[in-house]
Amino acid sequence: MTLLQVQGVVKEFSTPGALGRKSTFTAVDDVSFDVELGETLAVVGESGSGKSTTARIAARLLEPTRGTVIFDGVDVTRARGKELARFRNDVQVVFQDPFSSLNPRYTVERIITAPLSYQGIKPAEGYRAAAQELMERVGLNPDHCQRYPAQFSGGQAQRIGIARALAVNPKLVICDEAVSALDVSIQAQVLELLMRLQAESGFSYIFIAHDLAVVRQICHRVAVMNQGRIVELGTREQVFGDPQDDYTRTLLAAVPRINPEWDAKRRQRKVTL
Amino acid sequence: MSDELFVVEDLTVTTSTGRGPVDVVKNVSFTVGRDETLGIVGESGSGKSMTALAVLGLLPRGARTSGSVRLDGTELLGRSDRELRPIRGNAISMVFQDPLSSLNPYYTVGLQIEEMYRTHRGGSRKAARQVVIEALEQVRIPDAGRRIDQYPHQFSGGMRQRVMIAMALCCSPSLLIADEPTTALDVTVQAQILELLAELQSTTGTGMIFITHDLAVISSIAQRVLVMRSGDPVEYGTAEQVFSDPQHDYTRMLLDAVPRIDDEVAS
Repeated sequence: MTLLQVQGVVKEFSTPGALGRKSTFTAVDDVSFDVELGETLAVVGESGSGKSTTARIAARLLEPTRGTVIFDGVDVTRARGKELARFRNDVQVVFQDPFSSLNPRYTVERIITAPLSYQGIKPAEGYRAAAQELMERVGLNPDHCQRYPAQFSGGQAQRIGIARALAVNPKLVICDEAVSALDVSIQAQVLELLMRLQAESGFSYIFIAHDLAVVRQICHRVAVMNQGRIVELGTREQVFGDPQDDYTRTLLAAVPRINPEWDAKRRQRKVTL
Repeated sequence: MSDELFVVEDLTVTTSTGRGPVDVVKNVSFTVGRDETLGIVGESGSGKSMTALAVLGLLPRGARTSGSVRLDGTELLGRSDRELRPIRGNAISMVFQDPLSSLNPYYTVGLQIEEMYRTHRGGSRKAARQVVIEALEQVRIPDAGRRIDQYPHQFSGGMRQRVMIAMALCCSPSLLIADEPTTALDVTVQAQILELLAELQSTTGTGMIFITHDLAVISSIAQRVLVMRSGDPVEYGTAEQVFSDPQHDYTRMLLDAVPRIDDEVAS
């Protein structure tokens, strides 16, 4: 089932030009893609490629200049009021920097249950129990629900952000560089968590990232963006195994790799041990 | 003269915190040969940057060091700022992660490189200008004669990092310390900068310490590797040893955690 359709989306920003004249900068240029229910679509690209702007439009954090966003069969491009509130319930975002996206003066319980109170949902078992259940789901100690964000490590703080996104049972979670700021060992754990949660609940991800190796672990399909356009869109196997576009090939070739000979030797040793 | 250009022995860095002194670098030893690159790799808080700062005497106030740091047999540890000044930027220079915060936005890049060159080497501004143009050409900045008079904001991220490298190399240092020099760059730009560094090193014979959290980057640039964790040196050996036959669980865990671009992935 198609959950989200982004059709011919364009986003222009006006930038101050010479002599007080304004010029426009096209950040996203005629972008279209679908997201199926339960799948992970990755959007990759370098800085300035328009991937984050695309994500923000899909999340209705930005309005597109042209084009439409259809969610669950409803055109939400210009949705207001109740309609927008329902959309906000179904679509949640996890940001890159967990500390700047968590209110430092709120307890974890209050942060995690905020989406519930915004949506006017009163959990039957109470806010405390709801928060603790969510904390358990993302691998945090539920006894810490009265602590503040500063008392957690970066990886734990990102888990708080994920727990908050899950509070209202979303159908789509948009991860904007959600693991980019984390150390590699923590990154692996958070990726695993994201995949487990999807397997349990069957929601979709739009996974925005610049790191192709990370994307490859988590996505089903991938869109490669360059200068505001999608240059290639296909399954993970196709894009990584048989890239069609020159830019995709350049990008894949530039990813640093651990010397494959050394890596193979190490794995050989691991197996024989 | 021995092959070992740079020797660090039992380097310990202690900083004072509200809860008393903490060793942020503990008994770290390594050597860097001429023409050789040592990679220091670790996660955040591993002490890899502190090690580099300690070597140049750039630690925050209140930090204490012990051990030995020798460049060409000369002890550097415990020297005053005044004694270190002729060495910093001259015999040992450094490239940091963020070129925008290392460059002064109010001065042209040419003036900034020139200042550094003339501080160490003296000479006329005219002569220095020629050196700067050559330095910019050496790091492949096109149209260097015109770009020299531009300001940092007129350069892209990759070009700015090239400016920093030109500045670091203009006094022909014997050791270059690069602390996460490609971390803030896009992957295609990163590949170009890594290639440039390796190439410059092979032509100038500069020893290099390359600090990063990225094991794949280390694998492509370093001949020797030091793995650090919470201030401790975990593993030290040739790149081939560390990557193909790691001896420590932490190194193994790190290597396992690196996402791969080429492998089969379980679906």
